[in-house]
Amino acid sequence: MHRLTIILLSFLMAVSASAFAAPAAGSSGQEGESGLNPGRIIIDHIIDSHEWHIASIGHTHISVPLPVILLDDGQLHVFMSSKFHHGHDAYNGYRLMPEGEYKGKIVKVLDDGVTIDSSDPLPLDFSITKNVFAILFSSILIGIIFISIARSYKRREGKEPKGLMSWMEPLILFIRDDIALPSIGHHNYMKYMPYLLTVFFFIFFNNLLGLIPLFPGGANVTGNIAVTMVMAVFTFAITTYKANKNYWVHIFNTPGVPWWLKYPVPLMPIVELMGVFTKPFVLMVRLFANITAGHIIILSFVTIIFIFGNINVGLGYGVSIFSVVFILFMTMLELLVAFIQAYVFTLLSALYFGMATEEHH
Amino acid sequence: MSLLSILLQVAVDLAPYAKLGAGIGAGIAAVGAGIGIGNIGRGALESIARQPEAVGDIRSNMIVAAALIEGAAFFAIVVCLLILFI
Repeated sequence: MHRLTIILLSFLMAVSASAFAAPAAGSSGQEGESGLNPGRIIIDHIIDSHEWHIASIGHTHISVPLPVILLDDGQLHVFMSSKFHHGHDAYNGYRLMPEGEYKGKIVKVLDDGVTIDSSDPLPLDFSITKNVFAILFSSILIGIIFISIARSYKRREGKEPKGLMSWMEPLILFIRDDIALPSIGHHNYMKYMPYLLTVFFFIFFNNLLGLIPLFPGGANVTGNIAVTMVMAVFTFAITTYKANKNYWVHIFNTPGVPWWLKYPVPLMPIVELMGVFTKPFVLMVRLFANITAGHIIILSFVTIIFIFGNINVGLGYGVSIFSVVFILFMTMLELLVAFIQAYVFTLLSALYFGMATEEHH
Repeated sequence: MSLLSILLQVAVDLAPYAKLGAGIGAGIAAVGAGIGIGNIGRGALESIARQPEAVGDIRSNMIVAAALIEGAAFFAIVVCLLILFI
């Protein structure tokens, strides 16, 4: 007991000594001598933004400006985000905040261009941001691929698949035969196939595009919790709308459960009702966390090269060999995760649809 | 106990301890995921050894179960990230 207190004492003293040495800066870390802030670099590549940043050479930033669409008191403002000059200037009474409480958001400023109009700081922001642009890009890509495949199937009726058809056919048949048919049953699985196919390919294509570091790829779409929330809400909506009497009976009056868990204090119905809401919630968090964690790991390996490079250029080159090997390995793993997460989301959605439309056995 | 309260008085700023908690939490989450997925792997390998022709079915079920367990581990990771960055 005495030895334990001595160990604890020395540990706590070491921790509080370091607490005095480096003032706790709150969020993402301290700046090194050369202005390198790894926490900030990683976070900036994960979150959404109003311009698509491609490269920074010295002090010049090369980025693709994206349209800003604001709705403020019924008035519509549309302009390119290049007018903000990366957050340095105000334009037309609006300003992109680089720091502080409204970091990354567009706020309304008063006439001097600096102070925030605190009575109504945030206009309704319908801008085409990086994630919106990436979603539009991947949706158009999916549309082109699948509409051309549909046309090819009509033209080559009865003949073997050729070209793009033969590339997508295994995946489509996989979703029909291994996900939809076993989970929903042969009676009405076809009604849910459009949604399941859409969700699978949307998640899969966006996961894959997020791994490509060049221009229209590299946006963290499925790692944006708003995107995954919308898909989880769609699954929840379809499950609840299509649920038949059996489903509700299983929730509020679960067969096989003793009566005293249901009658005076409805414990079982409450637990089942929580399950109804946690299932889509977990669907949302699972996809978001998997994809974001993968991107953070890859970005950390890239940032390590710069951290070591700042200490000593030779060290930077040396670390970059190992780091690039790890980045390649992680990217291969992320390819697998991209497919698995799309598969799991679709499989669980199909399972929920199946449970909602199950007939009494 | 009085020793502990004296030590806590030394630590005026508790923010580094919050980050310590986040780190330990993430580590425990990784251990939990490792144990869970390790159990799945063991069960899958034993089942394949017992009935090699069921490899396909066993493999898909193993991957589904692993993804679900990773989901639970990622809850903990997300909470720890929230501590660190918000």
